[in-house]
Amino acid sequence: MSETEVRESLMAATTSAVPVLEARGLSVRFRGRGGGVANAVDGVDLAIAPGEIVALAGESGCGKTTLARTLLGLVPPAQGEVRFQGKALKSSRRALRAYRRRVQLVLQDPTGSLNPRHTVYEAVAEGLRIHRVRGNEEQLVAEALSRAGLRPPERYFLRYPHELSGGQRQRVVIAGALVLQPEVLVADEPVSSLDASVRGEILALLLKLRDELGLSVLVVTHDLGLAWNIADRLAVMYLGRVVEVGPTEDVLRDPQHPYTRALLSVVPEIDQMEPMVLQGEPPDPTRIPSGCRFHPRCPSAVERCARDPLPVIPVGAGHTAACWFADPERRAFTDS
Amino acid sequence: MSELLELQDLSVTYRTSEGPVPAVRDVSFTLPAGRSLGVAGESGCGKSTLAAAVLRLLPASATLGGRILLNGEDVLTMKFGRLRAVRWGAASIVFQGALHSLNPVQRVGDQIAEPILVHDRKATTGSARKRVAELLTQVGLPPRLASSYPHQMSGGQKQRVMIAMALACKPQLVIADEPTTALDVMVQAQVLDLLTSLVRELGLGLVIISHDLSVLGTTCDELMVMYAGRVVEHGPAREVLGQPTHPYTRALAAAFPTIGDPSSRFAPSGLPGDPPFPGDLPPGCPFHPRCPSAIEACSQRPVELEQVSPGRTAACLLVEARP
Repeated sequence: MSETEVRESLMAATTSAVPVLEARGLSVRFRGRGGGVANAVDGVDLAIAPGEIVALAGESGCGKTTLARTLLGLVPPAQGEVRFQGKALKSSRRALRAYRRRVQLVLQDPTGSLNPRHTVYEAVAEGLRIHRVRGNEEQLVAEALSRAGLRPPERYFLRYPHELSGGQRQRVVIAGALVLQPEVLVADEPVSSLDASVRGEILALLLKLRDELGLSVLVVTHDLGLAWNIADRLAVMYLGRVVEVGPTEDVLRDPQHPYTRALLSVVPEIDQMEPMVLQGEPPDPTRIPSGCRFHPRCPSAVERCARDPLPVIPVGAGHTAACWFADPERRAFTDS
Repeated sequence: MSELLELQDLSVTYRTSEGPVPAVRDVSFTLPAGRSLGVAGESGCGKSTLAAAVLRLLPASATLGGRILLNGEDVLTMKFGRLRAVRWGAASIVFQGALHSLNPVQRVGDQIAEPILVHDRKATTGSARKRVAELLTQVGLPPRLASSYPHQMSGGQKQRVMIAMALACKPQLVIADEPTTALDVMVQAQVLDLLTSLVRELGLGLVIISHDLSVLGTTCDELMVMYAGRVVEHGPAREVLGQPTHPYTRALAAAFPTIGDPSSRFAPSGLPGDPPFPGDLPPGCPFHPRCPSAIEACSQRPVELEQVSPGRTAACLLVEARP
């Protein structure tokens, strides 16, 4: 089968299958210093099918990293649940321990994620030792390294992080995740600290792992170009809520939410759209605006946006947006 | 007319325990006031060394060759007292990792005031405070933030403070080393907007250093691409990004896809291999081992920067061979 055929068959399989990882009505709250409560994640529904790459985009502070950490079982949800392979995640220590072997995390800065005094071999074998995985350790480490594109793996065993380039370090981190044969990889800004030339290489590796191992990937990023490069679906988050989600092509070619349009308009490109630079920082999660939470920064907001609570509106096959203007019927209503 | 900044065959060599390492080789360019130049390249290509060299901020192990003319005056032969006045006063740098360059236990207003009080003998605490308020407004921050500490600010606000500080002594030239790395897209757009408006309104000369070709291509007037310490392509930014001639520029440009372009969908584009160690360059064109279009001659003949079309130069045998 060609690569596209593999992908298509995977896609066909994913639409019917139970999601491998799912957030259902998930909310996470943090107590602020002044006694205020920050609703970092506020009622999020998001599902990742087996073998699917989902990108989660948004500004700093929109809650995307908190959502990812909650999905990993690192932060307890205040409401809602995390479901793994159709079952709700239990919060017992034992259940979490088993779960964390199957859902692995790759962080932004590979230099910070690796212990400078551990060799590549030790870095990759650490997970095996923590989870007391049986089998030939050396062989498992070698396999993981070569899957991550460090070949021949034996040559890297005794190297230290400082002897490697940024791209190689990120491959070591990915190998450390792969060695436990997880079902899901959660990658938080996996390429934003890497050189432009290395960026494509690491993204190609994520695609290859999906095609070869059927791995599901949740990529947390603010880079919409990355989503276009590798993601099947794209979810855009604003102030703790997913405001638009759908197949990457639909969301990026025909964005329905003004926030998605704004994000897209500031991606530097030669044939740039009229940039719609939103002023100010994302608002404070301790004081979420009434109605549509984006209305204070929205260029097309009308009176009702500040008033009426907002449902998530379907706009196409598997494509939804939380905006009154996304719904053709309501648009006619507000215009009149 | 004299240029604001002119580099003539600048080279920088570091002395190390493994012998001399040439980090920058024969870089020349001119930058008039009111224009911006983007310098792009991978880590280790010498772009940050180049930035620091302009104000002679390099460690003692660095040997410099060539000339750096700032308003016609050679920075490399300046006496220390003169150099001290030029730093901040005529030219300033916004450093990479600016988010960590602020003093965490000092109010940002005092940090911005410091260069003013040091460089302007007539400045008083009161006049400096007024200038700080002016500067904060100029970079789009409310003046009341002067009494904040860095940890109370977001990344974008801290970056604006760094820019305000660079503008404190009214320099003519600002060098920004990776000003938007680690900022997210919306804040990046705000900071780039600010920098370009400063060039337009204050007639500053601006040099931006980044590995992100798309940022430079849409912000700067001119674009210079460096590889292994050398300039490999130089020309008007939009042209260089839109129709790159050097295979290296092409690879860097392709790394950031055009959203909506079917050819990059599920096809991220990278450049295999690593840049060479600057102390041990391959013969011929230093890029040939990684070059997708290299021919045999590339490993034998040295390449020079040649004119490709008016205002554009590139260092590639295949480009030269064109009629």
